[in-house]
Amino acid sequence: MISVKHVSKTFGSGASATTALDDINLEVASGEIFGVIGQSGAGKSTLVRAINLLERPSSGTVTVDGEELTVLSPDQLRLARRKIGMVFQHFNLLAGRTAQGNVELGLEIVGVTGEERRRRSLEILDLVGLADKAHSYPSELSGGQKQRIGIARALAGNPKVLLSDEATSALDPETTRSILDLVKKINVQLGLTVLLITHEMDVVKRICDSAAMLENGRILEQGSIVSLISTSGSRLAHQLFPLGEVPPHAGNTVIEITFSGGSADRPVIAQLARNYGLDVSILGAAVETIGGNQAGRTRLELPGTPLANAAPIADLRSQGLLVEIVGDGAGTIVEGSRA
Amino acid sequence: MIDPTAPDFWSGLFQVLLVGTGETLYMVGVALLLTVLIGLPLGIVLVGTERGGLFEAPFGSRRLGRVINRVVEFIVNLGRSVPFIILMVALIPLTRLIVGTFIGSTAAIVPLAVVAIPFFARMVEIAIKEVDSGLIEAAESLGATRWQIVSKVLVPESLSTLILGLSTTVTSIINFSAMVGTVAGGGLGQVAIQYGYQRYSTIHMVAVIILIFVIVMILQGLATWLARRFSHRARPARSRASVPTAI
Repeated sequence: MISVKHVSKTFGSGASATTALDDINLEVASGEIFGVIGQSGAGKSTLVRAINLLERPSSGTVTVDGEELTVLSPDQLRLARRKIGMVFQHFNLLAGRTAQGNVELGLEIVGVTGEERRRRSLEILDLVGLADKAHSYPSELSGGQKQRIGIARALAGNPKVLLSDEATSALDPETTRSILDLVKKINVQLGLTVLLITHEMDVVKRICDSAAMLENGRILEQGSIVSLISTSGSRLAHQLFPLGEVPPHAGNTVIEITFSGGSADRPVIAQLARNYGLDVSILGAAVETIGGNQAGRTRLELPGTPLANAAPIADLRSQGLLVEIVGDGAGTIVEGSRA
Repeated sequence: MIDPTAPDFWSGLFQVLLVGTGETLYMVGVALLLTVLIGLPLGIVLVGTERGGLFEAPFGSRRLGRVINRVVEFIVNLGRSVPFIILMVALIPLTRLIVGTFIGSTAAIVPLAVVAIPFFARMVEIAIKEVDSGLIEAAESLGATRWQIVSKVLVPESLSTLILGLSTTVTSIINFSAMVGTVAGGGLGQVAIQYGYQRYSTIHMVAVIILIFVIVMILQGLATWLARRFSHRARPARSRASVPTAI
Protein backbone atom coordinates (compact mmCIF):
# COMPACT_ATOMS: atom_id res chain seq x y z
CA MET A 1 0.00 0.00 0.00
CA ILE A 2 2.85 2.34 0.87
CA SER A 3 6.19 1.89 -0.77
CA VAL A 4 9.10 4.16 0.01
CA LYS A 5 12.23 3.66 -2.06
CA HIS A 6 15.63 5.25 -1.50
CA VAL A 7 14.11 8.35 0.05
CA SER A 8 16.55 10.93 1.36
CA LYS A 9 15.88 14.39 2.69
CA THR A 10 18.47 17.04 3.25
CA PHE A 11 17.71 20.41 4.81
CA GLY A 12 19.82 23.41 3.88
CA SER A 13 22.77 23.26 1.55
CA GLY A 14 26.52 23.39 1.56
CA ALA A 15 28.33 23.14 4.87
CA SER A 16 25.18 23.72 6.94
CA ALA A 17 23.23 20.91 5.25
CA THR A 18 21.73 18.33 7.57
CA THR A 19 20.48 14.95 6.47
CA ALA A 20 17.15 14.12 8.07
CA LEU A 21 16.47 10.96 6.06
CA ASP A 22 19.17 8.78 4.60
CA ASP A 23 18.18 6.25 1.93
CA ILE A 24 14.93 5.08 3.54
CA ASN A 25 13.21 1.99 2.18
CA LEU A 26 9.84 0.96 3.62
CA GLU A 27 7.11 -1.41 2.55
CA VAL A 28 3.75 -1.18 4.29
CA ALA A 29 1.31 -3.91 3.33
CA SER A 30 -2.37 -3.20 2.73
CA GLY A 31 -4.47 -3.35 5.89
CA GLU A 32 -1.62 -3.48 8.38
CA ILE A 33 -0.62 -1.14 11.16
CA PHE A 34 3.00 -0.22 10.72
CA GLY A 35 4.90 1.56 13.46
CA VAL A 36 8.06 3.57 13.01
CA ILE A 37 9.80 3.98 16.33
CA GLY A 38 12.69 6.26 17.09
CA GLN A 39 14.02 8.85 19.50
CA SER A 40 13.29 12.51 18.92
CA GLY A 41 15.55 13.84 16.21
CA ALA A 42 15.68 10.47 14.47
CA GLY A 43 13.77 11.87 11.50
CA LYS A 44 10.35 10.36 12.26
CA SER A 45 8.34 13.52 11.60
CA THR A 46 10.17 14.14 8.34
CA LEU A 47 9.54 10.55 7.32
CA VAL A 48 5.78 10.63 7.93
CA ARG A 49 5.55 13.97 6.11
CA ALA A 50 7.48 12.54 3.20
CA ILE A 51 4.72 9.95 2.68
CA ASN A 52 2.11 12.57 1.71
CA LEU A 53 4.79 14.95 0.48
CA LEU A 54 4.09 17.68 3.00
CA GLU A 55 7.86 17.41 3.06
CA ARG A 56 9.13 16.69 -0.43
CA PRO A 57 12.02 14.21 -0.40
CA SER A 58 15.33 15.38 -1.89
CA SER A 59 15.53 12.09 -3.73
CA GLY A 60 13.76 8.75 -3.97
CA THR A 61 10.18 7.73 -4.71
CA VAL A 62 7.02 7.38 -2.64
CA THR A 63 4.17 5.24 -3.94
CA VAL A 64 0.79 5.06 -2.20
CA ASP A 65 -1.94 2.74 -3.44
CA GLY A 66 -0.13 2.19 -6.73
CA GLU A 67 0.28 5.87 -7.45
CA GLU A 68 3.77 7.33 -7.49
CA LEU A 69 3.30 10.60 -5.59
CA THR A 70 6.77 11.98 -6.20
CA VAL A 71 6.10 12.51 -9.93
CA LEU A 72 2.65 14.15 -9.61
CA SER A 73 1.88 17.77 -10.45
CA PRO A 74 0.70 19.97 -7.55
CA ASP A 75 -2.94 19.56 -8.61
CA GLN A 76 -2.67 15.79 -8.97
CA LEU A 77 -0.89 15.60 -5.63
CA ARG A 78 -3.75 17.48 -3.97
CA LEU A 79 -6.22 14.90 -5.24
CA ALA A 80 -3.94 12.04 -4.22
CA ARG A 81 -3.69 13.43 -0.68
CA ARG A 82 -7.41 12.91 -0.21
CA LYS A 83 -6.69 9.20 -0.08
CA ILE A 84 -4.21 9.77 2.74
CA GLY A 85 -5.59 10.96 6.07
CA MET A 86 -3.27 12.40 8.66
CA VAL A 87 -3.49 12.97 12.40
CA PHE A 88 -1.15 15.16 14.39
CA GLN A 89 0.45 15.23 17.81
CA HIS A 90 -1.11 18.60 18.65
CA PHE A 91 -4.40 17.82 16.89
CA ASN A 92 -4.28 20.95 14.67
CA LEU A 93 -8.00 21.63 14.92
CA LEU A 94 -9.61 24.91 13.92
CA ALA A 95 -10.45 26.74 17.15
CA GLY A 96 -13.26 28.61 15.42
CA ARG A 97 -15.18 25.51 14.38
CA THR A 98 -17.12 22.99 16.42
CA ALA A 99 -16.23 19.30 16.42
CA GLN A 100 -18.69 18.81 13.59
CA GLY A 101 -17.35 21.87 11.77
CA ASN A 102 -13.83 20.49 11.91
CA VAL A 103 -14.95 17.20 10.42
CA GLU A 104 -16.91 19.10 7.79
CA LEU A 105 -13.74 20.97 6.83
CA GLY A 106 -12.39 17.73 5.42
CA LEU A 107 -15.65 17.13 3.55
CA GLU A 108 -15.78 20.72 2.25
CA ILE A 109 -12.32 20.37 0.80
CA VAL A 110 -13.32 17.17 -0.93
CA GLY A 111 -16.42 18.94 -2.25
CA VAL A 112 -19.23 17.25 -0.30
CA THR A 113 -22.07 19.73 0.14
CA GLY A 114 -25.32 20.39 1.98
CA GLU A 115 -27.28 17.68 3.73
CA GLU A 116 -24.87 14.98 2.60
CA ARG A 117 -22.02 16.79 4.34
CA ARG A 118 -23.97 17.13 7.58
CA ARG A 119 -25.00 13.49 7.49
CA ARG A 120 -21.48 12.19 6.74
CA SER A 121 -19.87 14.33 9.45
CA LEU A 122 -22.27 13.06 12.11
CA GLU A 123 -21.74 9.52 10.92
CA ILE A 124 -17.97 9.82 11.28
CA LEU A 125 -18.29 11.54 14.66
CA ASP A 126 -20.40 8.59 15.76
CA LEU A 127 -17.71 6.19 14.54
CA VAL A 128 -15.09 7.88 16.71
CA GLY A 129 -17.49 7.98 19.65
CA LEU A 130 -18.05 11.72 19.79
CA ALA A 131 -21.60 12.06 18.46
CA ASP A 132 -22.67 13.86 21.64
CA LYS A 133 -19.94 16.49 21.29
CA ALA A 134 -20.78 17.56 17.73
CA HIS A 135 -21.50 21.14 18.78
CA SER A 136 -18.59 21.59 21.20
CA TYR A 137 -15.62 23.73 20.34
CA PRO A 138 -12.13 22.22 20.66
CA SER A 139 -11.38 24.47 23.65
CA GLU A 140 -14.19 22.73 25.51
CA LEU A 141 -12.85 19.23 24.88
CA SER A 142 -10.17 17.06 26.46
CA GLY A 143 -7.01 15.98 24.65
CA GLY A 144 -8.39 12.56 23.88
CA GLN A 145 -11.62 14.02 22.52
CA LYS A 146 -9.66 16.47 20.38
CA GLN A 147 -7.65 13.62 18.89
CA ARG A 148 -10.89 11.77 18.14
CA ILE A 149 -11.98 14.80 16.11
CA GLY A 150 -8.56 14.81 14.45
CA ILE A 151 -9.09 11.19 13.44
CA ALA A 152 -12.66 11.90 12.31
CA ARG A 153 -11.45 14.78 10.14
CA ALA A 154 -8.77 12.57 8.60
CA LEU A 155 -11.45 10.02 7.71
CA ALA A 156 -13.64 12.58 5.92
CA GLY A 157 -12.27 11.89 2.46
CA ASN A 158 -12.62 8.10 2.77
CA PRO A 159 -8.87 7.59 2.78
CA LYS A 160 -7.11 4.28 2.22
CA VAL A 161 -4.17 5.22 4.38
CA LEU A 162 -3.96 6.92 7.75
CA LEU A 163 -0.73 8.62 8.76
CA SER A 164 -0.23 9.32 12.43
CA ASP A 165 2.41 11.77 13.61
CA GLU A 166 2.87 11.00 17.32
CA ALA A 167 -0.91 11.08 17.72
CA THR A 168 -0.80 9.90 21.33
CA SER A 169 2.34 11.65 22.56
CA ALA A 170 0.42 14.53 24.08
CA LEU A 171 -1.98 12.23 25.89
CA ASP A 172 -1.94 10.44 29.25
CA PRO A 173 -1.49 6.64 29.28
CA GLU A 174 -5.17 5.80 29.67
CA THR A 175 -6.26 8.15 26.88
CA THR A 176 -3.41 6.84 24.76
CA ARG A 177 -4.82 3.33 25.10
CA SER A 178 -8.33 4.43 24.12
CA ILE A 179 -7.04 6.30 21.07
CA LEU A 180 -4.92 3.32 20.03
CA ASP A 181 -7.97 1.08 20.38
CA LEU A 182 -9.89 3.48 18.15
CA VAL A 183 -7.11 3.36 15.54
CA LYS A 184 -7.21 -0.42 15.70
CA LYS A 185 -11.00 -0.33 15.35
CA ILE A 186 -10.99 1.79 12.19
CA ASN A 187 -8.11 -0.28 10.85
CA VAL A 188 -10.31 -3.36 11.13
CA GLN A 189 -13.70 -1.81 10.30
CA LEU A 190 -12.61 0.31 7.36
CA GLY A 191 -9.69 -1.82 6.22
CA LEU A 192 -7.49 1.23 6.59
CA THR A 193 -3.72 0.88 6.31
CA VAL A 194 -2.05 2.80 9.13
CA LEU A 195 1.46 4.17 9.31
CA LEU A 196 2.25 5.65 12.67
CA ILE A 197 5.35 7.13 14.12
CA THR A 198 6.03 7.16 17.81
CA HIS A 199 8.74 7.19 20.42
CA GLU A 200 6.72 4.97 22.75
CA MET A 201 7.39 1.25 22.58
CA ASP A 202 3.98 0.67 24.21
CA VAL A 203 2.26 1.97 21.07
CA VAL A 204 4.09 -0.57 18.93
CA LYS A 205 3.31 -3.33 21.42
CA ARG A 206 -0.36 -2.51 21.59
CA ILE A 207 -1.44 -2.22 17.96
CA CYS A 208 1.35 -2.65 15.43
CA ASP A 209 1.61 -5.61 13.07
CA SER A 210 4.95 -4.47 11.74
CA ALA A 211 7.56 -2.00 12.85
CA ALA A 212 10.69 -0.22 11.78
CA MET A 213 13.35 1.33 13.93
CA LEU A 214 14.65 4.69 12.86
CA GLU A 215 17.90 6.19 14.11
CA ASN A 216 19.78 9.20 12.73
CA GLY A 217 17.66 9.18 9.59
CA ARG A 218 18.32 5.53 8.83
CA ILE A 219 16.21 2.46 9.26
CA LEU A 220 18.07 -0.04 11.39
CA GLU A 221 15.62 -2.90 11.13
CA GLN A 222 12.09 -3.50 9.94
CA GLY A 223 9.63 -6.32 9.52
CA SER A 224 6.61 -7.91 11.11
CA ILE A 225 6.73 -7.94 14.89
CA VAL A 226 6.64 -11.73 14.92
CA SER A 227 9.66 -12.00 12.61
CA LEU A 228 11.56 -9.30 14.50
CA ILE A 229 11.04 -11.19 17.74
CA SER A 230 12.60 -14.29 16.25
CA THR A 231 15.55 -12.38 14.83
CA SER A 232 18.76 -12.86 16.76
CA GLY A 233 20.11 -9.62 18.16
CA SER A 234 17.10 -7.53 17.15
CA ARG A 235 17.24 -4.25 19.02
CA LEU A 236 13.53 -3.82 18.61
CA ALA A 237 12.87 -7.19 20.21
CA HIS A 238 15.17 -6.25 23.08
CA GLN A 239 13.30 -3.00 23.58
CA LEU A 240 9.96 -4.75 23.42
CA PHE A 241 11.05 -7.05 26.24
CA PRO A 242 13.48 -5.17 28.43
CA LEU A 243 15.01 -7.52 30.99
CA GLY A 244 17.42 -5.12 32.60
CA GLU A 245 21.00 -5.92 33.56
CA VAL A 246 21.45 -8.93 35.81
CA PRO A 247 25.03 -9.91 36.57
CA PRO A 248 25.43 -13.69 36.27
CA HIS A 249 27.34 -15.83 38.71
CA ALA A 250 30.83 -16.74 37.56
CA GLY A 251 31.13 -20.09 35.85
CA ASN A 252 27.52 -20.22 34.78
CA THR A 253 25.86 -19.69 31.41
CA VAL A 254 23.23 -17.05 30.85
CA ILE A 255 20.88 -17.51 27.95
CA GLU A 256 17.91 -15.54 26.67
CA ILE A 257 15.02 -17.37 25.12
CA THR A 258 12.60 -15.50 22.93
CA PHE A 259 9.33 -17.24 22.24
CA SER A 260 6.26 -16.28 20.29
CA GLY A 261 3.11 -17.88 18.99
CA GLY A 262 2.67 -21.58 19.88
CA SER A 263 5.90 -21.99 21.82
CA ALA A 264 4.66 -19.54 24.42
CA ASP A 265 2.28 -22.06 25.95
CA ARG A 266 4.75 -24.95 26.33
CA PRO A 267 6.41 -25.67 29.67
CA VAL A 268 9.88 -25.04 28.22
CA ILE A 269 11.72 -24.41 31.45
CA ALA A 270 10.20 -27.33 33.31
CA GLN A 271 11.16 -29.64 30.47
CA LEU A 272 14.70 -28.29 30.51
CA ALA A 273 15.08 -28.96 34.22
CA ARG A 274 13.52 -32.42 34.00
CA ASN A 275 15.24 -33.72 30.88
CA TYR A 276 18.74 -32.49 31.69
CA GLY A 277 18.59 -32.35 35.46
CA LEU A 278 19.60 -28.68 35.39
CA ASP A 279 19.07 -26.22 38.23
CA VAL A 280 17.65 -23.47 36.06
CA SER A 281 17.34 -20.00 37.59
CA ILE A 282 15.14 -17.37 36.02
CA LEU A 283 16.96 -14.03 36.01
CA GLY A 284 14.29 -12.09 34.22
CA ALA A 285 11.20 -12.47 32.10
CA ALA A 286 8.86 -10.32 30.10
CA VAL A 287 5.68 -11.52 28.43
CA GLU A 288 3.42 -9.42 26.29
CA THR A 289 0.49 -9.88 24.02
CA ILE A 290 1.52 -8.51 20.66
CA GLY A 291 -0.92 -8.45 17.80
CA GLY A 292 -3.07 -10.92 19.69
CA ASN A 293 -0.20 -13.38 20.18
CA GLN A 294 1.64 -14.20 23.36
CA ALA A 295 5.29 -13.40 23.01
CA GLY A 296 8.07 -12.96 25.46
CA ARG A 297 11.65 -13.23 26.51
CA THR A 298 13.18 -15.05 29.43
CA ARG A 299 16.70 -14.82 30.76
CA LEU A 300 17.88 -18.05 32.33
CA GLU A 301 21.00 -19.02 34.17
CA LEU A 302 22.30 -22.55 33.66
CA PRO A 303 25.08 -24.05 35.77
CA GLY A 304 28.32 -24.67 33.86
CA THR A 305 30.00 -23.15 30.83
CA PRO A 306 28.22 -22.66 27.47
CA LEU A 307 30.17 -25.64 26.19
CA ALA A 308 28.84 -27.84 28.95
CA ASN A 309 25.32 -26.68 28.16
CA ALA A 310 25.58 -27.28 24.40
CA ALA A 311 23.10 -30.14 24.44
CA PRO A 312 20.20 -28.41 26.24
CA ILE A 313 20.71 -25.24 24.17
CA ALA A 314 20.60 -27.23 20.94
CA ASP A 315 17.44 -28.92 22.21
CA LEU A 316 15.76 -25.56 22.86
CA ARG A 317 16.71 -24.33 19.40
CA SER A 318 15.32 -27.47 17.83
CA GLN A 319 11.96 -26.57 19.39
CA GLY A 320 11.94 -23.41 17.28
CA LEU A 321 12.93 -21.09 20.09
CA LEU A 322 15.35 -18.25 19.60
CA VAL A 323 18.19 -18.81 22.07
CA GLU A 324 20.94 -16.29 22.57
CA ILE A 325 23.92 -16.89 24.84
CA VAL A 326 24.42 -13.59 26.60
CA GLY A 327 26.67 -14.60 29.51
CA ASP A 328 29.93 -16.27 28.59
CA GLY A 329 30.45 -18.04 31.85
CA ALA A 330 33.24 -15.72 32.97
CA GLY A 331 30.85 -13.45 34.79
CA THR A 332 30.40 -10.89 32.06
CA ILE A 333 27.48 -10.08 29.85
CA VAL A 334 28.44 -10.14 26.21
CA GLU A 335 27.31 -7.78 23.49
CA GLY A 336 23.74 -8.30 22.38
CA SER A 337 22.19 -8.30 25.79
CA ARG A 338 21.57 -4.60 26.12
CA ALA A 339 18.02 -4.02 27.12
CA MET B 1 -17.17 85.27 16.38
CA ILE B 2 -20.36 83.36 16.96
CA ASP B 3 -22.76 84.55 19.59
CA PRO B 4 -23.97 81.64 21.71
CA THR B 5 -26.88 83.75 22.96
CA ALA B 6 -28.29 84.22 19.46
CA PRO B 7 -31.75 82.63 19.10
CA ASP B 8 -30.71 80.31 16.28
CA PHE B 9 -27.37 79.29 17.81
CA TRP B 10 -28.35 75.88 19.10
CA SER B 11 -30.37 74.87 16.04
CA GLY B 12 -27.45 76.08 13.87
CA LEU B 13 -25.00 74.07 15.96
CA PHE B 14 -27.19 71.01 15.71
CA GLN B 15 -27.50 71.40 11.93
CA VAL B 16 -23.75 71.81 11.46
CA LEU B 17 -22.93 68.84 13.68
CA LEU B 18 -25.48 66.65 11.95
CA VAL B 19 -24.05 67.38 8.51
CA GLY B 20 -20.48 67.08 9.81
CA THR B 21 -21.18 63.72 11.46
CA GLY B 22 -22.87 62.47 8.33
CA GLU B 23 -19.91 63.45 6.19
CA THR B 24 -17.43 61.93 8.62
CA LEU B 25 -19.32 58.65 8.78
CA TYR B 26 -19.66 58.64 5.00
CA MET B 27 -15.99 59.14 4.22
CA VAL B 28 -14.77 56.91 7.02
CA GLY B 29 -17.25 54.21 6.04
CA VAL B 30 -16.39 54.14 2.36
CA ALA B 31 -12.65 54.43 3.07
CA LEU B 32 -12.98 51.54 5.52
CA LEU B 33 -14.77 49.41 2.97
CA LEU B 34 -12.00 50.03 0.42
CA THR B 35 -9.41 49.37 3.10
CA VAL B 36 -10.84 45.94 3.85
CA LEU B 37 -11.36 45.05 0.19
CA ILE B 38 -7.80 45.98 -0.79
CA GLY B 39 -5.87 45.74 2.48
CA LEU B 40 -6.98 42.20 3.36
CA PRO B 41 -5.75 40.60 0.11
CA LEU B 42 -2.64 42.77 0.26
CA GLY B 43 -1.84 41.55 3.77
CA ILE B 44 -2.41 37.95 2.72
CA VAL B 45 -0.11 38.44 -0.27
CA LEU B 46 2.46 39.99 2.07
CA VAL B 47 2.54 36.88 4.29
CA GLY B 48 1.99 34.38 1.49
CA THR B 49 4.85 35.46 -0.73
CA GLU B 50 7.37 35.23 2.08
CA ARG B 51 9.91 32.40 2.05
CA GLY B 52 8.10 29.17 2.82
CA GLY B 53 4.73 30.91 2.47
CA LEU B 54 1.62 29.68 0.74
CA PHE B 55 2.25 31.76 -2.40
CA GLU B 56 6.03 31.48 -2.27
CA ALA B 57 6.03 30.44 -5.93
CA PRO B 58 2.96 31.79 -7.77
CA PHE B 59 2.55 30.09 -11.16
CA GLY B 60 5.50 27.90 -10.21
CA SER B 61 7.95 30.78 -10.13
CA ARG B 62 9.84 31.54 -6.94
CA ARG B 63 11.30 34.61 -8.58
CA LEU B 64 7.83 36.03 -9.24
CA GLY B 65 6.91 35.41 -5.60
CA ARG B 66 9.99 37.29 -4.43
CA VAL B 67 9.31 40.20 -6.78
CA ILE B 68 5.68 40.48 -5.62
CA ASN B 69 6.78 40.36 -2.01
CA ARG B 70 9.34 43.15 -2.51
CA VAL B 71 6.89 45.35 -4.41
CA VAL B 72 4.08 44.98 -1.87
CA GLU B 73 6.50 45.47 1.00
CA PHE B 74 7.76 48.67 -0.65
CA ILE B 75 4.26 50.05 -1.24
CA VAL B 76 3.20 49.30 2.32
CA ASN B 77 6.30 50.91 3.78
CA LEU B 78 5.94 53.95 1.54
CA GLY B 79 2.29 54.41 2.41
CA ARG B 80 3.05 54.14 6.11
CA SER B 81 6.05 56.44 6.24
CA VAL B 82 4.75 59.53 4.42
CA PRO B 83 3.03 61.93 6.86
CA PHE B 84 -0.68 62.15 6.11
CA ILE B 85 -0.79 65.89 5.63
CA ILE B 86 1.83 65.60 2.88
CA LEU B 87 0.24 62.50 1.36
CA MET B 88 -3.13 64.26 1.23
CA VAL B 89 -1.73 67.14 -0.82
CA ALA B 90 0.53 64.95 -2.95
CA LEU B 91 -2.43 62.78 -3.90
CA ILE B 92 -4.49 65.68 -5.27
CA PRO B 93 -3.77 64.77 -8.93
CA LEU B 94 -4.77 61.17 -8.30
CA THR B 95 -7.90 62.24 -6.42
CA ARG B 96 -8.87 64.53 -9.27
CA LEU B 97 -8.35 61.71 -11.72
CA ILE B 98 -10.58 59.32 -9.77
CA VAL B 99 -13.28 61.59 -8.33
CA GLY B 100 -13.08 64.58 -10.69
CA THR B 101 -12.48 67.06 -7.87
CA PHE B 102 -10.27 67.30 -4.79
CA ILE B 103 -12.78 69.16 -2.65
CA GLY B 104 -15.49 67.54 -0.51
CA SER B 105 -16.00 64.34 1.40
CA THR B 106 -16.01 62.03 -1.62
CA ALA B 107 -12.63 63.38 -2.68
CA ALA B 108 -11.33 62.88 0.86
CA ILE B 109 -12.00 59.16 0.62
CA VAL B 110 -9.04 58.69 -1.74
CA PRO B 111 -6.24 59.85 0.60
CA LEU B 112 -7.98 58.20 3.57
CA ALA B 113 -8.06 54.83 1.81
CA VAL B 114 -4.51 55.25 0.55
CA VAL B 115 -3.21 55.80 4.07
CA ALA B 116 -5.38 53.14 5.71
CA ILE B 117 -4.78 50.29 3.27
CA PRO B 118 -1.05 49.80 4.06
CA PHE B 119 -1.80 50.23 7.76
CA PHE B 120 -4.45 47.52 7.69
CA ALA B 121 -2.33 45.29 5.45
CA ARG B 122 0.29 45.20 8.24
CA MET B 123 -2.41 44.33 10.76
CA VAL B 124 -3.57 41.50 8.50
CA GLU B 125 0.00 40.29 8.16
CA ILE B 126 0.41 40.14 11.93
CA ALA B 127 -2.94 38.40 12.43
CA ILE B 128 -2.32 35.78 9.75
CA LYS B 129 1.17 35.05 11.04
CA GLU B 130 -0.38 34.17 14.39
CA VAL B 131 -2.25 31.23 12.87
CA ASP B 132 -0.56 27.97 13.87
CA SER B 133 1.32 26.53 10.89
CA GLY B 134 0.03 23.10 11.96
CA LEU B 135 -3.45 24.15 10.81
CA ILE B 136 -2.13 24.90 7.32
CA GLU B 137 -0.38 21.55 7.35
CA ALA B 138 -3.61 19.81 8.37
CA ALA B 139 -5.54 21.48 5.55
CA GLU B 140 -2.80 20.57 3.06
CA SER B 141 -2.93 16.97 4.22
CA LEU B 142 -6.65 16.98 3.43
CA GLY B 143 -5.87 18.11 -0.11
CA ALA B 144 -6.96 21.75 0.25
CA THR B 145 -6.20 24.27 -2.48
CA ARG B 146 -4.35 27.44 -1.56
CA TRP B 147 -7.55 29.41 -1.89
CA GLN B 148 -9.31 26.98 0.46
CA ILE B 149 -6.51 27.37 2.98
CA VAL B 150 -6.91 31.16 2.87
CA SER B 151 -10.71 31.18 3.01
CA LYS B 152 -11.33 28.26 5.36
CA VAL B 153 -8.32 28.37 7.65
CA LEU B 154 -6.25 31.57 7.64
CA VAL B 155 -9.01 34.19 7.61
CA PRO B 156 -11.54 32.44 9.90
CA GLU B 157 -8.88 31.45 12.43
CA SER B 158 -7.50 34.99 12.64
CA LEU B 159 -10.91 36.65 12.52
CA SER B 160 -10.92 38.03 16.05
CA THR B 161 -7.41 39.45 15.67
CA LEU B 162 -8.44 40.89 12.30
CA ILE B 163 -11.46 42.59 13.84
CA LEU B 164 -9.33 44.17 16.56
CA GLY B 165 -6.86 45.31 13.89
CA LEU B 166 -9.72 46.76 11.91
CA SER B 167 -10.94 48.75 14.91
CA THR B 168 -7.45 50.23 15.33
CA THR B 169 -7.53 51.08 11.63
CA VAL B 170 -10.96 52.76 11.93
CA THR B 171 -9.71 54.88 14.78
CA SER B 172 -6.83 56.13 12.70
CA ILE B 173 -9.09 56.75 9.69
CA ILE B 174 -11.32 58.89 11.91
CA ASN B 175 -8.21 60.68 13.13
CA PHE B 176 -7.08 61.40 9.57
CA SER B 177 -10.62 62.29 8.46
CA ALA B 178 -10.45 65.28 10.78
CA MET B 179 -7.30 66.44 9.02
CA VAL B 180 -8.97 66.52 5.61
CA GLY B 181 -11.23 69.17 7.13
CA THR B 182 -8.34 71.59 6.81
CA VAL B 183 -8.41 71.28 3.02
CA ALA B 184 -12.19 71.50 2.62
CA GLY B 185 -12.80 67.80 2.93
CA GLY B 186 -15.86 68.31 5.12
CA GLY B 187 -16.80 66.30 8.17
CA LEU B 188 -16.46 67.03 11.87
CA GLY B 189 -12.86 68.10 11.37
CA GLN B 190 -13.98 70.95 9.16
CA VAL B 191 -16.60 71.95 11.76
CA ALA B 192 -13.89 72.14 14.40
CA ILE B 193 -11.62 74.19 12.14
CA GLN B 194 -14.24 76.56 10.78
CA TYR B 195 -16.26 77.18 13.91
CA GLY B 196 -14.05 76.20 16.78
CA TYR B 197 -10.76 77.58 15.53
CA GLN B 198 -11.51 80.32 13.00
CA ARG B 199 -14.62 81.68 14.75
CA TYR B 200 -13.59 80.96 18.35
CA SER B 201 -16.66 78.89 19.27
CA THR B 202 -15.58 76.73 22.19
CA ILE B 203 -18.98 75.07 22.25
CA HIS B 204 -18.50 73.81 18.68
CA MET B 205 -15.05 72.54 19.55
CA VAL B 206 -16.22 70.67 22.64
CA ALA B 207 -19.21 69.22 20.77
CA VAL B 208 -16.96 67.88 17.99
CA ILE B 209 -14.55 66.35 20.49
CA ILE B 210 -17.40 64.64 22.35
CA LEU B 211 -18.97 63.37 19.11
CA ILE B 212 -15.71 61.91 17.78
CA PHE B 213 -14.99 60.37 21.15
CA VAL B 214 -18.44 58.77 21.23
CA ILE B 215 -18.05 57.43 17.67
CA VAL B 216 -14.67 55.91 18.49
CA MET B 217 -15.98 54.38 21.71
CA ILE B 218 -18.97 52.82 19.99
CA LEU B 219 -16.82 51.32 17.21
CA GLN B 220 -14.23 50.09 19.68
CA GLY B 221 -16.89 48.46 21.83
CA LEU B 222 -18.49 46.85 18.81
CA ALA B 223 -15.13 45.49 17.64
CA THR B 224 -14.28 44.07 21.07
CA TRP B 225 -17.68 42.41 21.28
CA LEU B 226 -17.36 40.91 17.80
CA ALA B 227 -13.79 39.76 18.44
CA ARG B 228 -14.87 37.96 21.59
CA ARG B 229 -17.84 36.47 19.77
CA PHE B 230 -15.60 34.96 17.11
CA SER B 231 -12.90 33.76 19.46
CA HIS B 232 -13.35 30.19 20.62
CA ARG B 233 -9.97 29.81 22.20
CA ALA B 234 -9.86 28.62 25.76
CA ARG B 235 -10.42 31.50 28.14
CA PRO B 236 -7.50 32.09 30.48
CA ALA B 237 -8.15 30.66 33.92
CA ARG B 238 -9.46 33.19 36.37
CA SER B 239 -6.69 34.89 38.25
CA ARG B 240 -5.93 33.32 41.60
CA ALA B 241 -5.35 36.73 43.09
CA SER B 242 -9.06 37.48 42.85
CA VAL B 243 -9.89 34.56 45.12
CA PRO B 244 -10.19 35.85 48.66
CA THR B 245 -7.99 34.00 51.09
CA ALA B 246 -8.71 33.60 54.75
CA ILE B 247 -5.77 34.22 57.01
